[in-house]
Amino acid sequence: MLAFWHRYKRNRSAVFGLVVIVLVVLMAATADFLYPFDPFRLAGKPLSAPGTNGFLLGSDSLGRDVAAGIVHGAKTSLLIGLIATLVAVFIGILFGALSGYYGGQLDNMLMRITEIFQTIPSFIFAILLVAILKPSIYSVVIAISVVSWPGVARLVRGEFLSLKSREFVQACHTLGMSDLRIMLREILPNCLSPIIVIGSLMVATAILIESGLSFLGLGDPNIMSWGFQIGAGRTMLRSAWWVCTFPGVAILITVLAINLVGEGLNDALNPRLRERN
Amino acid sequence: MKQKLLDISDLYIELPEGSDRQYAIQNVDLELKQGETLCVVGESGSGKSLTARAIMGLLPEPHVRVSNGEIIFNGEDITKVSYERLRDLRGSEISMIFQEPMTALNPVMSIGVQIDEIFRYHVSMSKAERQKRAIELLADVNLPNPAQIMNTYPHELSGGQRQRAMIAMALALKPQILIADEPTTALDVTTQAQILKLIKDMQTVYDTGVLFITHDFGVVADIADRVAVMQHGIVVESGTVKQVLNNPEHPYTKALISAVPSLTPRKAKTISKEKVLEVKDVYKTFGGGRGLFGFGKPLRQVDALKNVTLDLYNGETLGVVGESGSGKSTLARCIIRLMDTDAGAITIEGTQINMLKRKAMRTWRNKIQMVFQDPFASLNPRIRVGDIIAQGPITQGVAREDALKRARELISIVGLDDRSFDRYPHEFSGGQRQRIGIARSLALRPEILIADEPVSALDVSIQSQILDLLDDIREQMKLSMIFITHDLRVAAQVCDRMAVMQYGEVVEVGKTKDIFANPQHNYTIDLLSAVPGKDWKGISSAGSAGKAKSKAKPKSKSPSRSKSPSKSKMS
Repeated sequence: MLAFWHRYKRNRSAVFGLVVIVLVVLMAATADFLYPFDPFRLAGKPLSAPGTNGFLLGSDSLGRDVAAGIVHGAKTSLLIGLIATLVAVFIGILFGALSGYYGGQLDNMLMRITEIFQTIPSFIFAILLVAILKPSIYSVVIAISVVSWPGVARLVRGEFLSLKSREFVQACHTLGMSDLRIMLREILPNCLSPIIVIGSLMVATAILIESGLSFLGLGDPNIMSWGFQIGAGRTMLRSAWWVCTFPGVAILITVLAINLVGEGLNDALNPRLRERN
Repeated sequence: MKQKLLDISDLYIELPEGSDRQYAIQNVDLELKQGETLCVVGESGSGKSLTARAIMGLLPEPHVRVSNGEIIFNGEDITKVSYERLRDLRGSEISMIFQEPMTALNPVMSIGVQIDEIFRYHVSMSKAERQKRAIELLADVNLPNPAQIMNTYPHELSGGQRQRAMIAMALALKPQILIADEPTTALDVTTQAQILKLIKDMQTVYDTGVLFITHDFGVVADIADRVAVMQHGIVVESGTVKQVLNNPEHPYTKALISAVPSLTPRKAKTISKEKVLEVKDVYKTFGGGRGLFGFGKPLRQVDALKNVTLDLYNGETLGVVGESGSGKSTLARCIIRLMDTDAGAITIEGTQINMLKRKAMRTWRNKIQMVFQDPFASLNPRIRVGDIIAQGPITQGVAREDALKRARELISIVGLDDRSFDRYPHEFSGGQRQRIGIARSLALRPEILIADEPVSALDVSIQSQILDLLDDIREQMKLSMIFITHDLRVAAQVCDRMAVMQYGEVVEVGKTKDIFANPQHNYTIDLLSAVPGKDWKGISSAGSAGKAKSKAKPKSKSPSRSKSPSKSKMS
């Protein structure tokens, strides 16, 4: 673990990303403490510029506090990003593992199903799903997971395909080990590093999709999110720039930080790849 | 007096910080004359390949670099010249052939284009001239149909043909020095013999100085004029081939030479009449499947096993010998049920195991176990050694504590430190890993052990240790063993009986002694005559220095030359 941190530390920007993420997480965790009231509440004069009327980052057209929205929105973004990614990774591992391990007709079938999902543009698919399911935080999570698992499935399948023919797996067969045990105990731990890397990057994508959905008004109407704030302020971009700029910057910085961490994890988990260049 | 081509003096190559030693090679002095073959011999990690790379200017700089000394080629210090000059020298004056011709050739360019490149970059010739010259070259290296080969891609050629094409490229501009880095290690023994002969012939034609890197003393005996032995980056001994092979002075050289398995078969022991395993008329075919809905042409079929019939008697070691693609590994995998047979019967104790369902097979797993070839791929990197060994018994329903206790015993039986128990596989060397693999296979107390090339990935000194260990274990645990190998020298040392396979068929079965003395099938004769270094006494007899003291076993006590069948038969 210590050696891992050592390798991770060598990538400066990854450390920077980690610091930013920790700050965002802290912000989300202390949201109710920083802004104890409902972010949808009308807090004061509409369209106040940043620093005026007691608004740190200004207020929107209905007098809602932009700063409060960002702090509470961080909670939504991180939660949705994380849960959607976990669900997607789970489905992806299930499909990929079965497909790669058993091969043959099962593989053929599962991969064709995966391809059906891959051929539909993911954002449009997500919009479609949310529209059908009615906007709520659950349907947003489901929509994001459904559009992002195929990548994981492909990756896991590839790893399983190459690992299953390795001699240590064959040795387990000769010991009479069951398939489930071989998959879970022998093969899966050996493909965790790429899964962690792709998973971390998927969190960033999930946050973007969520923001996009909220921007289009397809997010959960009762939950504050960054995308919703941008959507609410977009018509006033020229007169009240702060309404959508600050949530936009929040998305930018968070997604960037997560990507940097993903890169850093990749370097730290696959040290050989790094040394080559 | 032949002209001195290459003079390496006091060469040091520095490794990056945090490596296991500071210098890859230290204080290396070597020289190469025109028309001479210098063999650099050593085990893995001895620095022999880096020496070759330094001459070509191919060190992975800036991490690994020449820190001292000079490499003088025709009066010019290669370590100091500019990159442009180096590029001129490479390919035209000094060229190199590599171990693995498949990766050394570019898979998306035809052979003709790849040869043509060399001419294009180094000399000015018309297209027609270049074409003509390339075809001549391919003909020179005895490739059939050179004009046609020009248009083929590397994957369409066999390993031997690819290596010939590589040699043609390397010799295209008649370089003064040819560096060959283990050029025959990846090849079958009969192909190896041809390639060695080709290099030798080409050398006489072009009067090239050859720097030949190898780990195999058999090859050294066949090809070298002078030898330099390297250990841990230091040249410990050098001299003419006769001196070094017949009167080695440095203890390391002595140890290496005595570890070379000899071609004299071990003393045959009386073989019991009780069959523990019967393989009868087994067939296995690969390919032939179709796509998702059964559309498309059926895939090409390959008969991996054809009508294979073999018996394994109680307590014997049966060698299965053959070149790559002969079906020997497929046979092992069919016996241990990693693959299903298409037809035929594999019988243990009256039960036909190749037809058992997976569940039913599970109880038979502890009768028969396997040791794998590649010690780096055969252990799960994420599991501790103790658990790896205990896995089998636990799977078979033994209580965890008992299994772990047994694992501790096995660790000491295979000669590993007790502390190994809690470590991960990457902390061990190849030989140690192979010991762990052996311990794992023994954990189920099998009656039959299948060893699939268990030593082919190991250095020769480690090889002999592992072979001894397998032998001891076989005696102690009363195992019967099927030993798969491509190396007849190894087979001679461990097998009581031998089966020779070619193209999926068993072409000859018999006592090892008889097969070596009087091979019946043409293929067996070919194999025996292709063994490198067979005319050198270190291999053709077991009487070389250090053999007797290294093991006080019956096999080393049969050195008498008159009985040496290989010698009389093959000259």
